[in-house]
Amino acid sequence: MDKQTETTSQSHQINVRRVRQGDLDHVADLDERVTKIAKTEYWNDIFERYAKRRVKERFFLVAEATDDSSEQPLLGYIVGEVRTWEFGSEPCGWVFAFSVEPGTRLQGIGEKLFGAISQKFRQTGINTMRTMVPRQNQLHMAFFRSEGMVAGPYIQLEKDLNE
Amino acid sequence: MKLQTSSRLAIFALIELAADPDRQVSVSEIGQKYNVSSHHLAKVMHTLGRAGLVRSIRGVGGGYSFSGNAKRTTLFDVIMLFEDADSSEYTPEGSQDATLAEWALGQVLFEINDIAKATLESITISTMLKQMGRRQSTLAASGMKDASESAVQ
Repeated sequence: MDKQTETTSQSHQINVRRVRQGDLDHVADLDERVTKIAKTEYWNDIFERYAKRRVKERFFLVAEATDDSSEQPLLGYIVGEVRTWEFGSEPCGWVFAFSVEPGTRLQGIGEKLFGAISQKFRQTGINTMRTMVPRQNQLHMAFFRSEGMVAGPYIQLEKDLNE
Repeated sequence: MKLQTSSRLAIFALIELAADPDRQVSVSEIGQKYNVSSHHLAKVMHTLGRAGLVRSIRGVGGGYSFSGNAKRTTLFDVIMLFEDADSSEYTPEGSQDATLAEWALGQVLFEINDIAKATLESITISTMLKQMGRRQSTLAASGMKDASESAVQ
């Protein structure tokens, strides 16, 4: 499993904080390097909505190295928000974007981002957080499982509209 | 989904050993804990040894210790040593000579298999240990004992 993971032996001192305008290019760049798809407009929109509006229930967090050990200014990001009564669900936290710099994985950066957003969600008074992962993405599936996430009470359904 | 006895024993044994990789545990000790015959368990341990997941130490005080990577070894990896959990009997396309009803049922069974496989592929021995730790904390907080604690010691 987890054959996509790349690591370096170097570990970093990490700080997790809210995203700033100057981080946006680095976030978009990390996402593009990992997914091979450039989404500049998407990230501009996410920044406008998740870094500027309703920030008490929307969290766009980034991890940065606090020492000089990293060539990359940002080592990862996580984005989520509290959603209320979607699909009849009581308020819960949703994580919908998450990535860690490939060369710095398995050093606890993802765990710090996950822990930070969990804490932010808890501070809003909710007790549950959710995410959605492609079944074939073993890297993310294994990570979220290792953080204690299990299958929830909902099943995602879809339909091919061309059938 | 039902696992074969050998798969279940292998997972239990790996959890037991990976919980403390420096400890050597005898087959009879594990067998006693999970109420299975040492003979059956010895065969399972032999398979795990050939896969490089456990190491056998001979002599007085010998036994088995964990030699795999708990963060990399998934339940699917272990189960595949003992049974074909990756059955391709059902596919999204289905068999060419299947009736429509057989094709439709095959779709349902493929979906179930695919979800089960993805689940088993995403859970490592390390994740199982973490899950057990969280359960133990919950039980301790509520003043209850877990089954393994009351069964063996």
